[in-house]
Amino acid sequence: MRNRFGLLGAAMLGLGVASASAQEVARVGVILPMTGPFASTGKQVVAGMRLYLAQHGDVVAGRRIELLLKDDGGVPDVTKRLAQELVINDHVVALGGFGLTPLALAASSVATQAKVPEIVMAAATSSITEASPYISRTSQALPQTVAPFTDWCIANGIRSVVTIVTDYGPGYDAEKWFKEPFEKQGGKVVAALRVPVANPDFAPFLQRAADAKPDAIFIFVPAGVGAVVMKQFAERGLDKAGVRLIGTGDVVDDDLLNNMGDVTLGMITSQHYSAAHDSDLNRRFVADFGKANEGMRPNFMGVSGYDGMALIARAIARTGGDTDGTKLIEAMKGQSWESPRGPVLIDPATREIVQNDYIRRTERRDGQLWNIEFATIPMVRDPAKAGK
Amino acid sequence: MTTQRIATLRLQAVGLHDRLSAWHWSEYLFWVLVAASYFLFPSRHLLMNEIAILALFSLSLDLILGYAGVISLGHAAFFGLGAYTAGIITKFGVTDPLIGLGCATLAATALGLATSFLALRGSDLTRLMVTLGVALVLYEIANRLGWLTGGADGLQGMDVGPILGFDFDIFGAVANAYSLIVLFVLFLIARRVVHSPFGWSLRAIRDNPLRAAAIGVPVRGRLVAVYTLGAAYAGVAGALLAQTTQFASLDVLAFHRSADVLLMVTIGGVGYLYGGLIGALVFKIMQDTLSNLTPQYWEFWIGLVLVVLVLGGRDWLERLAALVARRTRPGAGR
Repeated sequence: MRNRFGLLGAAMLGLGVASASAQEVARVGVILPMTGPFASTGKQVVAGMRLYLAQHGDVVAGRRIELLLKDDGGVPDVTKRLAQELVINDHVVALGGFGLTPLALAASSVATQAKVPEIVMAAATSSITEASPYISRTSQALPQTVAPFTDWCIANGIRSVVTIVTDYGPGYDAEKWFKEPFEKQGGKVVAALRVPVANPDFAPFLQRAADAKPDAIFIFVPAGVGAVVMKQFAERGLDKAGVRLIGTGDVVDDDLLNNMGDVTLGMITSQHYSAAHDSDLNRRFVADFGKANEGMRPNFMGVSGYDGMALIARAIARTGGDTDGTKLIEAMKGQSWESPRGPVLIDPATREIVQNDYIRRTERRDGQLWNIEFATIPMVRDPAKAGK
Repeated sequence: MTTQRIATLRLQAVGLHDRLSAWHWSEYLFWVLVAASYFLFPSRHLLMNEIAILALFSLSLDLILGYAGVISLGHAAFFGLGAYTAGIITKFGVTDPLIGLGCATLAATALGLATSFLALRGSDLTRLMVTLGVALVLYEIANRLGWLTGGADGLQGMDVGPILGFDFDIFGAVANAYSLIVLFVLFLIARRVVHSPFGWSLRAIRDNPLRAAAIGVPVRGRLVAVYTLGAAYAGVAGALLAQTTQFASLDVLAFHRSADVLLMVTIGGVGYLYGGLIGALVFKIMQDTLSNLTPQYWEFWIGLVLVVLVLGGRDWLERLAALVARRTRPGAGR
C-alpha cells in the first residue's frame, strides 16, 4: 500500500518540478462537482471554460493556459483540500469553479492565505465575494435577479405572492430580496415557504402556496432542480387551476427546459442569461457550445464558466503575463466586456459582476422551448452590497 | 491437585494471551512506514491528514462492528457531532485545539452512551434502522439550528489557534502531524482494549451472545461500553477534520459518511484494528487517483473495484496477513 502511495507522491512531486521549469504554462485549477446531484453544474461550467479557450486560443500574453479539473463531489472539505493541493503542488495561478455556496466559502481561506484569485462561476449567495479580497465572481449575486423582478411584478398587477425557496444561503437571499422591495412598493408576501436542500419534494409546498390563493407563486431552486418543480406543479393540476408561477431563471434552466414540456409555456422569469439572448455573439456561443458538447444547450452556468475563463485570460493579458495573484486580482477589477449574456463589468470596489437583468417569457419557437427576453433592467449591481 | 490444575491452566491462558497480544514485526513496520511517509511526501500532507482522520473514523467503527458485531449505518452522527462541537467552541473563542478535542470527545461520548440503549435493541436490521435514524435526526437538527451551525452554508469563521505553539500551515504539515499522533495514541489505547479480557469478552459476544451470557459475560453492559467507546473515537475523528480544515458543514453528518466508513472497514477487513486503517488508505488513494484520471466517471471505476474486492472475499487482506503471519511465526495461529 505504502509503495503505491510513494509512487503517487513521487509523480506529484515530478509534476510540480515540471511546471516550475516550464515558465510558459499558466495553470488554472478548476474545482467543480462533476459527480453527485450537482454534476450538471460542473459539466456546464467546465464546458463553458473550455469553449472560451477553444474560440480564443489558449495562449495569452505568451502564456499557455492549462485547465486542471478536479471533482469535489459537492463536499466542502474536499473542495478545500483540492484548492490547497492545486496551489501548493500544481502552482495554479487562479482557482475557478465552485458549484455551491459552502464549497466557495470553504476555499476562501486558501485564496486569502495563498494570495491566489478565486473566481466563483456558479455559487450565488451575495456574501461570497466578501469572504476574501481574492474572490471575484462571474456568475451572479442572487439579489441581482430577484430585486429588479419585483418592479415588473408590481407594474403587472401582482400584489400578493407566496415565496417558495430552497432552504440554504441563496434561498434566503432570494426570499429576502423579493420580500423587501416588493413590500416597499405596496405588495404583500402572504407566506414564505422553505423546501429542504436534500431530496426535495415540492408538491406539498406548492399545494400550500396555492391554497393561500396569491396572485402568483414566486419560486427559487438551485440549478437542475427546476424540472422536479415543474413536474409536480403539473401533476397537481395547479397549472390548470389558474395558479401563476413566477421565479428566477433557475426554475426554467435552459439545460433542462426542453424536457419540462408545455407546463412551462408562458411562465415569466427573471435572470441574467437566456440561451435565446438576441446577439450575434450569443448565437455563435450557443452553436459552438452545442457542437462541442453533443448538442447540449448552454445555461447560466455555462455562460458563467465562459466568462470566468474570459476574466482570467483578460487579467493575464492586462498584467502582460505576470501571474502574481495580487496583481491578477487587481487586473480583474474594473474589467468590462461583451459576454454572450450582454455587457458585463467587474465592480472594482466589490469584485462582484455587474450585469443586465432580463425578464423573460417561456415560448415555443421552431419546435423548441426558449426563454424569450422581453424587458431589460440595465447593469444591475448587487443590491445587497449597494447599501453598505 | 485441582488447585494445581487451575494454576497451570491460568498460566497457559496468560501465556496464550501474552502471545496473542504481543506486537508482531509487521505492526512495527506499519507504523515506521506511516512515520516515514510523513517525511517522504511533504507535498501530500493534506491527503495524508484526511487519510489519518478517516482511518481513525474507520477504527472507531471496527471497534463496534469488528469486535462486538454491532452493525451501524449512522456512525456519522458521532463524527458530525464531534466536528460541530469542535467548530462551535472554536468559533466562540476557545481556540485551543486540545480543549476542542476534549469537548468534542465528551459530547460524542455522551451521545454514544445515550443512543446505545436505543441502538442495541433488537436484531441487525433494527440496529441499521435505528443508527441511520439517529444520524438523520442529527443532520436535520444541525440544518435547523442555522444560527449556531451556519445551516447548509457551513460553519464560518472558525480560527483554530496554534497547537502546542505550532500554527496550522497551508501545507498541512502541522495538521498531518497532529492527526497522525492522535491516531497513533488512540490506536494504542484501542489495541490495549481489544487485547484485554474485556476485548475477548466482546469477541465472545460477537460470535454467540447467548453462549456468552451463559458463561457469565454481562452482554448488554459490554455492548453499551464498546458502543460508547466507538462513538468517542468517531467524535475525535470529526473534531480533527473540523480543526484541520477549519470548516464544518452539514456534510459531516451526511449519510455518505456512514456508508463510506462502512466501505473502508469492509475493504480492509473487520476485526483486527488495522483493517480500518488500511481500508481508509486504499479507499482514499483509489479515490484520489481515479478522480484525477477521470473527474467525471471515477465513481464507475471505484464501484467496479469494490464489487471485485467483495466478490474476491471480504477478508482478503486479513487472509493475506494471516498467511504472512503463519509463514513468519510458525505455531502462532490466530
